[in-house]
Amino acid sequence: MIFIVQLVLVIAVIFVSLALMRGGSNTRHLAIRRLLLMVFAFAAAISIFLPDLLTRVAQFLGIGRGTDLVLYALIFCFFVFMSTTYQRFRHSEFALTLLARRMALDEAPRPWLEDDRPRLQAPVKQQPTAASGSER
Amino acid sequence: MSKTWVVIPMYNEATVVGKVIEGLLGTFPNVVCVDDGSRDGSVVVARNAGAVVVEHPVNLGQGASLQTGIEYALQDPQTDSIVTFDADGQHRVEDAVAMVERLRTESLDVVLGSRFLDSRTKLTAMKRLVLKVAALQMKLSTGLDLTDAHNGLRVLGRDVASRIQLRQNRMAHASELVHQLAAFKVRYVEHPVHIIYTDYSKAKGQSLLNSVNIVADLFFK
Repeated sequence: MIFIVQLVLVIAVIFVSLALMRGGSNTRHLAIRRLLLMVFAFAAAISIFLPDLLTRVAQFLGIGRGTDLVLYALIFCFFVFMSTTYQRFRHSEFALTLLARRMALDEAPRPWLEDDRPRLQAPVKQQPTAASGSER
Repeated sequence: MSKTWVVIPMYNEATVVGKVIEGLLGTFPNVVCVDDGSRDGSVVVARNAGAVVVEHPVNLGQGASLQTGIEYALQDPQTDSIVTFDADGQHRVEDAVAMVERLRTESLDVVLGSRFLDSRTKLTAMKRLVLKVAALQMKLSTGLDLTDAHNGLRVLGRDVASRIQLRQNRMAHASELVHQLAAFKVRYVEHPVHIIYTDYSKAKGQSLLNSVNIVADLFFK
């Protein structure tokens, strides 16, 4: 029985982690993360007043002590935090790349124009990357 | 309408890049070096050697440099093919010429250099194994049966070049490029090239440990 509960727990953790990791920064995932954080904070507050309650929940889930349950929750939160931070970092890195590229290209000489000077007035070529990068 | 731009991603290559550019300019008059924030005077060397230099204001990585170079070359309306060439002197100009020729005569989209189609290139057993495993992994995930997955010498036709969007700034861009080529269902061919492993390129080149980073980058897109 305990084994089955453990298995279900592990699968749930993996599934939810993956779902939250893959989703990135859309609003639904943000809402889920906030709800989870609220549940976590609520449980933490409750456990201060009713330490036994947490242990009883833990035993019901087949984990053992209440502190272990808190530890698992903490690890889970840490992974979610890590993956979302990593994704945010990647997005800002990509934005920086586009910005730097645009600057580099704007400053570069264009020998195929006979007179290089009027290029500032010349229409800037549409760059598909600039638009596609901002939405994620 | 048969202009070829050679794109050279460059990062701290002042001692060698001048020679590489001079070697290219005899055959390819249009050479663009994308400087990725070098701090050793590579920009001046490349400019004096006669290349156009596009300067990233900060270091972004080789994949980003390639993408910048490709976008620069595409701004020239006469460009019909783009050669990617390493700055450290490991590629041969003759190979690039033959590959551009093949792209045009056989009306291909892409010609990829491979060091494994003949026995000229000498590699250590370990490096050979790593590259072979990379090629196998790529075959399994993209369906493209390439013998050499991480060769910096390539020729891209204009159509394909304008569709490529490299987002992997660091070394995983080589794999990313192949993934995109597979998705576009391009007409491609591998061309035997000779890689010249000088002491310089060996010292500069990727260490085998870096393959760990490449795999990690691909997993955590």
